[in-house]
Amino acid sequence: MESKSTFKKKIYLEQCIDYRHDALSKGMIEMGFAFEEIEETIRMVQSEKLDIRTITMGISLRDCSGDNANKIAEKIYDKITKKAENLVKVAEELESEFGIPIVNKRISVTPIAIVADNIEKDEFIKIASSLDKAAKNVGVTFIGGYSALVHKGFTNGDLNLINSIPQVLSETERVCSSVNVATTKAGINMDAVALMGKVIKDTAYRTKENDGIGAAKLVVFCNAPEDNPFMAGAFHGVGEGECVLNVGVSGPGVVLAALSKLPKTADFGQISETIKKTSFKITRAGELIGRLAAQRLNTSFGILDLSLAPTPEIGDSIANILESMGLSKCGSHGTTAALALLNDAVKKGGVMASSYVGGLSGAFIPVSEDAGMIEAVEAGALSIEKLEAMTCVCSVGLDMIAIPGDTPYETISAIIADEMAIGMINKKTTAVRIIPAPGKKEGDHVEFGGLLGHAPVMKVNSFSPKDFIERGGRIPAALHSLNN
Amino acid sequence: MSEQKAIISVIGVDRVGIIYNVSKLLAENNINILDISQTILKDIFTMIMIVDIKNSSNDFSILKEELKNLGENLGVKIDIQKEDIFRAMHRL
Repeated sequence: MESKSTFKKKIYLEQCIDYRHDALSKGMIEMGFAFEEIEETIRMVQSEKLDIRTITMGISLRDCSGDNANKIAEKIYDKITKKAENLVKVAEELESEFGIPIVNKRISVTPIAIVADNIEKDEFIKIASSLDKAAKNVGVTFIGGYSALVHKGFTNGDLNLINSIPQVLSETERVCSSVNVATTKAGINMDAVALMGKVIKDTAYRTKENDGIGAAKLVVFCNAPEDNPFMAGAFHGVGEGECVLNVGVSGPGVVLAALSKLPKTADFGQISETIKKTSFKITRAGELIGRLAAQRLNTSFGILDLSLAPTPEIGDSIANILESMGLSKCGSHGTTAALALLNDAVKKGGVMASSYVGGLSGAFIPVSEDAGMIEAVEAGALSIEKLEAMTCVCSVGLDMIAIPGDTPYETISAIIADEMAIGMINKKTTAVRIIPAPGKKEGDHVEFGGLLGHAPVMKVNSFSPKDFIERGGRIPAALHSLNN
Repeated sequence: MSEQKAIISVIGVDRVGIIYNVSKLLAENNINILDISQTILKDIFTMIMIVDIKNSSNDFSILKEELKNLGENLGVKIDIQKEDIFRAMHRL
């Protein structure tokens, strides 16, 4: 039996709890923040380079199609400049209010081969110029979607667009191009693979004064996502709505700083746990900014791409994260396992932080944009073959790799074919963004500037795959049972 | 009447009058201080203030600029951020 006084105390305590619960739910008492929590967020931004890498507005241009290039160009310009009128302004407001930098503001559009399927081939440049002009007008650095989806075959418009890519990328400033040449369900269009080898080489050659920078704005995909906010591969897929806002978060520096606080003896469970927690926080920041941006721009929030995208700045490197796990250099044996852990933990932490995750979502390994990768290549630790292996376990592919300018087109096509095969078989997105730097040899250096960074020219296997690439046709879609 | 909270952070080398000057600027802008805490670690002064900007007499961007300028005069870095970002990152 409870005594009378104990009973009274219990009632009083219950009343207190009820009162507190009531007050909390009515917002009379608010949970504050611990000093450490506030300090952590500020430190992440100020010294660990946490940022929102990009907010990308996807705009459908399907209602701009027709058979008159001038009219299409005009409609495209009008629609983009109207929809994205306030994109940069809103992004800058949010940056100021929340104190988190939004590095890039960009636009992606419906693959132009679909919009302009019915125009003459020498008129494609008009469409591209219109995209370029619209991007300049609204103040975005890149506009993606000069694209074609040809994984099963080409339409006339697709072929015209692809053949115009070298001219477009050398004569416009902000237009980015991508071509999807393979999917898990369709197989690999080897005619497109062969063609893209030539297109990449020609694009680089036409921008030879700038070390072939045109090729840095061109991505060849397998299983291209329709909602990717990251350039150069962003386009507004055919399953997307009228206008949507996608956000890409970043923060290799934050992950590196969190891992460097762990003792050397921490096991992989602890490493994974630390990455998950950090990824959660980064993603929540992105989710907040994305939702508010969509709200203020009167558009819908699409997806959050929870990627770790490095920048050329020291400390903002994926390679350094892998090295912090105990590898003496990125590219040593063990690198693929370390990257697999990183990529998986980033996704696990991020998925809970956002309701709509999409895009590429994973760790990027662009060589020229990552100081640690550059160092690893220069030290002889990292080769194209190792990078290829790494793309099996991460997003997104062979990215921003400079190779000798005299590499035959068949070799470039064969590099693409290998990467597409990895994507097709493993049901994942893979891509190739490779720059055959005109006039440069292995060991030379190319300079792209800005976020695109600089890169050592890497060694390419010199044995020819010419006869293989010249066969043409389609590699059939792979079997998806009997998995071994 | 609900509050609209923001977090002010001041980071830099400690000196006389930091809190005085920041508080003065806030009072002039009709901003109420809800909470304040500070630490000094190896001569680096970190102060965090939680303030209510609902009745602020200036726009957020102007306030941010004024705080930034004040920081430059005092030789410290001052920033103001709306509270939501901390809520997003640290609360489920």
